[in-house]
Amino acid sequence: MSNEMNKLRVPTVAEMIANNERPDILFWVGCSGSFDDRAKKISKAIVKILNYCNIKFAILGAEESCTGDPAKRAGNEFAFMMQAIQNIELLKGYEIQKIVTGCPHCFNTLKNEYPELGADFEVVHHTQLINQLIREGRLLLKGGGKFEGKKITFHDPCYLGRANDVYEAPREVLEKLDAELVEMKRSKAKGLCCGAGGAQMFKDAEKGNKEINIERTQDAIEVNADYIATGCPFCNTMMTDGIKHFEKEEKVKVLDIAELISNAADL
Amino acid sequence: MISQLLFIVLLVVGFGFFSFNISKIRKNISLGKPLDRSDNKAQRIKTTLLVALGQKKMFQRIVPALLHLFIYVAFLFTSTELIEIIADGISGSHRFFLNKLGWIYVLLISTIEVLSVLAFISTLYFLARRNLLQVPRFKMSEMTGWPKLDGNIILYLEIVLLVCVFTMNGADEALFLQGKSHVAGSGSFGFLISSFTAPYFFNYFDVETLIILERVGWWGHILVVFGFLNYLPYSKHFHIVMAFPNTYFSNLNNKGAFNNLSSVKEEVLKMFDPSFDPYATPTEGEASVPDRFGAKDVEDLTWKSLMDAYTCTECGRCTSACPASQTGKLLSPRKIIMDTRDRLEEVGANKRNNGPDFKDNKSLLGDYISEEEIWACTSCNACVQECPVSIDPLSIIIDLRRYLVMEESKVPSELAGMLTNIENNGAPWQFAQADRNNWVDE
Ligand code: HEM
Ligand code: SF4
Ligand code: SF4
Repeated sequence: MSNEMNKLRVPTVAEMIANNERPDILFWVGCSGSFDDRAKKISKAIVKILNYCNIKFAILGAEESCTGDPAKRAGNEFAFMMQAIQNIELLKGYEIQKIVTGCPHCFNTLKNEYPELGADFEVVHHTQLINQLIREGRLLLKGGGKFEGKKITFHDPCYLGRANDVYEAPREVLEKLDAELVEMKRSKAKGLCCGAGGAQMFKDAEKGNKEINIERTQDAIEVNADYIATGCPFCNTMMTDGIKHFEKEEKVKVLDIAELISNAADL
Repeated sequence: MISQLLFIVLLVVGFGFFSFNISKIRKNISLGKPLDRSDNKAQRIKTTLLVALGQKKMFQRIVPALLHLFIYVAFLFTSTELIEIIADGISGSHRFFLNKLGWIYVLLISTIEVLSVLAFISTLYFLARRNLLQVPRFKMSEMTGWPKLDGNIILYLEIVLLVCVFTMNGADEALFLQGKSHVAGSGSFGFLISSFTAPYFFNYFDVETLIILERVGWWGHILVVFGFLNYLPYSKHFHIVMAFPNTYFSNLNNKGAFNNLSSVKEEVLKMFDPSFDPYATPTEGEASVPDRFGAKDVEDLTWKSLMDAYTCTECGRCTSACPASQTGKLLSPRKIIMDTRDRLEEVGANKRNNGPDFKDNKSLLGDYISEEEIWACTSCNACVQECPVSIDPLSIIIDLRRYLVMEESKVPSELAGMLTNIENNGAPWQFAQADRNNWVDE
C-alpha cells in the first residue's frame, strides 16, 4: 500500500521559526531539485524518507539560491562569490548547524568551499544520511521490494567520489535492497564522469568523436544492469539520455538512490 | 695521477653544471604566485613516504609498476656504489670499501647486480613498449618529436649504464681470479652475478684487454652517471628528483575543493558593504587587487603548478583516464602540463637573457593551450586521481578559465546565459527564485 494520499510535509525554515521551532537539519534542495522535472521527483523521494523517519527538517524555499558551483567551475569567481556570501549570511542568520543536499555539487561547494568564507555547518550528501538512518534502525527496509534479485549498478558521481572520497555510503544503502550489486569496469576512484560536471551540463560538448554520457552508459549496459543507481541529478539526466540513445528505456531504468529506497520501503 | 685529476675535474664540472641548472629551475618555479603549503607536516611526510618513496599510486597498474620498481630500487642501491666510485676516483684506490666492509660489501654489490639484471629486463620492456607495442598513451600527438626522443634516450642511457656495470664487475672478477686485479690477492669476489658471468664471458680475454675492459666499464659508468645528472633538468627524467618535493607539497584537501580567490572575496564584500567608500585609499594589510584574475601565462599560476610541470613523467595516465580525451576532444591533461613546462622554460630563458621585465608577446593561453582545450574539461578530477607523482592539471585549467571569463569575458555563449541566470535569479536556468518551492505542491 502506498501512501500517495499523504501530503509531503516540507516546511521552510522561515515557517518553522515563525512557529518557534528550529530544524535539526536543513534540506538543501538545489537548483536541479527545485526546477528540473526529473530531479523534482528525487527531491520528493528524499522528503518522503525524511518524513517517514520523522526528521525535523526544513528547506529554505524561495530564499534558497544557487551555491555558485557552476559559476566557479566555469571560471566566474565573482558570480560564485556573490552567491556564496549571500547564502552564508542567510544560513548563519538561521543558525543552521547541519545540511543535507540532494546533489553532490551543492554538497561539495557547501562542505569544502564555504567554510573558508565563514560558514560553519556540517554537510552530508543524501546517500550518507539515508545510510545513517538505515544503520540507526530508523529506516527499516523489509527486503528490496520490486528490486529484489535485480541487477543494480552504481554510477559514482565525480563530486561525491573522487572529489570527496565517499564511495561506501551509497553502496551500503544499495546492499539493503537484496539486489545484485554489480560494478561497472570503471568504478569508485576510477569511475568515469557522466560528462556534466565543470559546467558542461549547461553547454554543448566540444568537438570530439563521442559524447561522454554515451561512453559511460555503455559501461552500464555492458554489465547488464536493470537499474542504474545515481546520486546526482546531473548524472541522472546524462545516464537517462544515454539509455535513450541506445533505445533501452524498457530494459534499463535510471533511478536515484533516494528513489530506489523510497520505492522499496513503499513510502 | 692523470686519471685522478681528470676525475676531479669531471666531478666538479658535473656537479657544478647540475647545481647551475637546478638554480635556474628554482628561479623558474618561484616565478609562480604564492600558495601556502607549509601546514600539516606530518601528513605531508607520510604522503611522500607512501606515494613517492613507496610508489603507492604506481601500483594501480601492476606490470609497469613492478618493472619501474626494479629500475627505481636498482637506482637507489647503485647510488650507494657511487660513493665508492667517487672515493676511488679521487684517491686512486680500487674498491675502496671491499676490505673495510667485508661480507656486507659482497652482499651490497650482489644486491646491486641482481637488481641491475632486473632493471635491464625492465628497460628492454620499456623500450619495446615505447617503440614496438602499440600502447595508446605513448602514441598521442603531444608524444612526437622531442618527448618521444627523450623517452628513448633515457632508456638507451640506462642500457649503457647497466652494460658498463656488468663489464666492470665481470672483467674485474676475471682479473681477480688470475690474481691480476688491482685488489691484492686472488680468488673470487663472490658477487652473485659476475662470479657467474666471468668464467663464461670474460675468460677468453687476455689480461691487458681485461684491464682495459674494467676501466672502460668504470669510466663508462661514471660518465653516464654525470651525463644523466646533467640531462635530468632538460628531461621528463627529472621526475626522479621532483617526485619527492612534489608529493610533499601536494594538495591534502578534498579534491573537489577549489581555492577561493581572496581578491574576489574582498571586492564582493565591498559591494555588499554600504559604508564602503570606493575612493578611499586602501588601508594597510588589505588584499590589493592583483594585476589579473586567473592565469593567462605561467607567472599567473601558483608555484605548485609550476613545480608540477617539472615533475611530469609524461606517462599519460592522466590523459588515458580523462573523459574528454577518451571521447576525442582536443583536451589532454598531460599536454596541459607539458605546455606549462615548455612555456615556463621559455619565459625563464627570456628573463635570463633579456632582463626580468622582458615580454615576448606570447602566453601560455593562446600560444600553447587553446580555449577549446580548457572548455572541454568536466572538472572530474580523474587526472588528479591518476597521477602517480601528485600533479594537479585541473587547477591549471581552472586558473586559465578564470582569466578567460573574468578578464576577457570570453565564455561559450550557453555558459554566458547560465552565468547571467545565476546573477539575476539565483539559478542556472531562467526560473524565478520565488518559484523555488513550487515543486512541493506539484
Ligand atoms: C629515483 C629513482 C627513479 C628512477 C631511476 C626512475 C626511472 C624511471 C624510468 C627509466 C622511467 C621510464 C620508463 C618508460 O620508458 O616508460 C620512469 C618512468 C616513470 N617514473 Fe620513475 N624513476 C625514479 C623515481 C620515480 C618516483 C619516485 C616516482 C613516483 C612515484 C616515479 C614515477 C614514474 C612514472 C609515473 C613513470 C612513467 C611510467 C609509465 O609510463 O608507466 N619514478 N622512471
Ligand atoms: S578534470 Fe578535466 S582534464 Fe582532468 S580528467 Fe577530468 S575532464 Fe580531463
Ligand atoms: S601529469 Fe602525472 S599522470 Fe599525467 S603524464 Fe604527467 S606524470 Fe603522468
